[in-house]
Amino acid sequence: MTTNKRGVAHKLWDFFCSLKLTIFLLIGLALTSIIGTIIQQGPQREYLATLSETKIRLYSALGFFDMYHSWWFILLLYLLTLNLICCSIKRLPRVWKIVSEPVLVMDEGFEKSLTNVKELKLAGSKAELKEKLASFLKAEFAQAVVTEKGSEYHLFAQKNRLCRLGVYVVHFSIIIIFIGALLGSFFGYKAYVNIPEGGSVSQVQSRSGRAIDLGFAVRCEKFSVAFYDTGAPKEFRSVLTVTENGQPVKGYQNIPIIVNDPLTYKGITFYQSSYGQSDEGALYHLSVRDRKGGAPIKLDVRQGERAKLPGGALITVTEATQNVRPFMREFDGPGAQVEFTPAGGQPQPFVILSEKYQAFNAQHGGDLVITFDGMDQKFYTGLQVAKDPGVLVVWLGCFLMVVGICMAFFMSHQRVWARISDAGVTLGGSASKNPTGFEMSFEELVQKLKKQ
Amino acid sequence: MSSSMLFNVTMIAYMVSTCIFFAFLASRSKAVGLAGTYAALFGFLVQTAAIGLRWKESYDQGHGHAPLSNLFESVVFFSWTIILIYLIIDFKYKYRAVGFFVVPFALFGMAWAQLGLESGIEPLVPALQSNWLMYHVITCFLGYAAFAVACGISIMYLLRDKLEQGGGNATAGGVLSMFPSIKILDDLNYKAIMIGFPLLTLGIVTGAAWANYAWGTYWSWDPKETWSLIVWFVYAAFLHARITRGWVGRRAAILSVVGFAATIFCYLGVNLFLSGLHSYGK
Ligand code: HEM
Repeated sequence: MTTNKRGVAHKLWDFFCSLKLTIFLLIGLALTSIIGTIIQQGPQREYLATLSETKIRLYSALGFFDMYHSWWFILLLYLLTLNLICCSIKRLPRVWKIVSEPVLVMDEGFEKSLTNVKELKLAGSKAELKEKLASFLKAEFAQAVVTEKGSEYHLFAQKNRLCRLGVYVVHFSIIIIFIGALLGSFFGYKAYVNIPEGGSVSQVQSRSGRAIDLGFAVRCEKFSVAFYDTGAPKEFRSVLTVTENGQPVKGYQNIPIIVNDPLTYKGITFYQSSYGQSDEGALYHLSVRDRKGGAPIKLDVRQGERAKLPGGALITVTEATQNVRPFMREFDGPGAQVEFTPAGGQPQPFVILSEKYQAFNAQHGGDLVITFDGMDQKFYTGLQVAKDPGVLVVWLGCFLMVVGICMAFFMSHQRVWARISDAGVTLGGSASKNPTGFEMSFEELVQKLKKQ
Repeated sequence: MSSSMLFNVTMIAYMVSTCIFFAFLASRSKAVGLAGTYAALFGFLVQTAAIGLRWKESYDQGHGHAPLSNLFESVVFFSWTIILIYLIIDFKYKYRAVGFFVVPFALFGMAWAQLGLESGIEPLVPALQSNWLMYHVITCFLGYAAFAVACGISIMYLLRDKLEQGGGNATAGGVLSMFPSIKILDDLNYKAIMIGFPLLTLGIVTGAAWANYAWGTYWSWDPKETWSLIVWFVYAAFLHARITRGWVGRRAAILSVVGFAATIFCYLGVNLFLSGLHSYGK
């Protein structure tokens, strides 16, 4: 029974230590990741309409609509981590031993385990050869350690022993990145908020719809958008002020933020993300003149306000735009939808345009001709808000990964042994990386030694 | 002189280089092989000048930015990086025949860019106005280019392997005699991927850093990000399979070709077939 249990545990351990599993998981992750790039994630209604009923049911059952957070994808990631940890636990001690306790003597048994072995007949006594080889290795390879064993001399030299640990640095870095990602998902959030110009907010809305208190307030002083001559957008700029208890925070007043240049306060970062016209508080400019002539009267009307016109009529602007072209193809310039109420009459809705279209404007308004001169429009700025306490951990992991990869790739732990016995000189060599390349340099080393 | 003219010269130089390499395989003359390398080097220098000139032209238009911002510019830059990596490997190892399998990638890129793509210099939209664009694009494309070189080498490997298996004697003549040996090709494949993998890793990391800087999420599973991760997984599998299970030779060569196919899909396929944040040349 106990042996059986141990057998199972053993098998499980071997399973998680196996590199077959690693390759299976890597290829598996690569293949399954494709699904999420083909099926829309967090699908829009229009997209769902293109799918059949069965497909929708199947996809949601399999979690394909939020694939990268589905239980099975996360499971693959955990398996990868487990595989990584088990492999490291299994191999690290052995590797550490190679690094810290090198094999100084190449005996017959060890020689058989090496792929690069060369027997040489060199002239000279053993002691001479020992000196010669030691200086040769020092010049051509690395400083050698000499061991005397019986009647034989053994030399051992190595290069880049620490690069053996590079692989473990890489693997460790992956675990660090996962930790950073978990920290971010447990203690951080992603949210968004819209702030009208002049407005202030102290709460933002998380992606899942939760309201989050910032603990301070952010005011949007101004928003502006600039365009290139081609009509392509050039810059979206919000000017923000952080306030606490109603007071602006020193150093956080009138800070301009643009795309690619956010504002961070107390670990919470605000990113320029979108914008729009704010209806609140827009100011409309009208001019009113009598049909019979006379100087026009200028009038400023606020959004939703009922303004009195000469002669007792009332007017309200319901909607306005800087450019009517998208709505009225033959016209351009500013335009407004108004509700006009003649003195004692019924409200009449109509559209008024700029000075340029006076004939159009004259179609309505009774005794008056009303012109729309434009508006001081207010924008709202749309900000992404993010707090991610794990991000530094992620960057640390990324840094270690790059360092580790360079250690693992661009350095090879190369070892050369020489045995000087009555039978002659035997050279042996091995490298942790790139056996083909080492074979060539080992051959080169042998040729050089022969020529000496 | 305009950058566009210089790009034409570049394209012709790569075409000439490809032809010379072909002549080299047929003639087996060392001098011809060297001429092929020099033609590629000439094209590379002209292309470098052309990219610099295009950069300057964007300043003349009043909105200067590095020429890495639309599909045309990225294809041109991709072919530049392919030749760069190729030249490094060529000068280091001097296996001229490799040129015949790698320079055509760059030639194809230039021809496509010059003949088929919109080449106007456009001002940068707000999302691209960042130095991260440069770090990100340069590292990614150097990585892609190394994979392109690895793919060319793997194709040579597969050809040679097939012909040798078919009983043909490599040393007995034919085009094959100018190929490096199977062992060397296998080694070169690994070396090219060893250059590419860290660069791709850096490319993904700089991309993540940029995304975090620009909108507060370093990873959002956007199709381009995901595909770059897929490519990364494939090459990671290549590396593990190779060192630990002795997947050298034919299977490694096939995995390298598959990896490059995934790379190309990541670069172009995602833009053409899928939608997301990284859309060039809409
Ligand atoms: C399940 C996860 C993984 C396991 C179990 C695993 C295991 C291993 C093992 C046992 C080695 C060989 C170590 C040695 O030579 O002693 C290795 C090498 C390596 N691994 Fe992993 N690995 C995993 C995932 C990854 C990932 C995702 C990467 C991505 C960068 C990676 C990068 C490397 C590198 C760069 C090497 C060195 C390859 C070379 O020298 O050619 N590993 N891995």
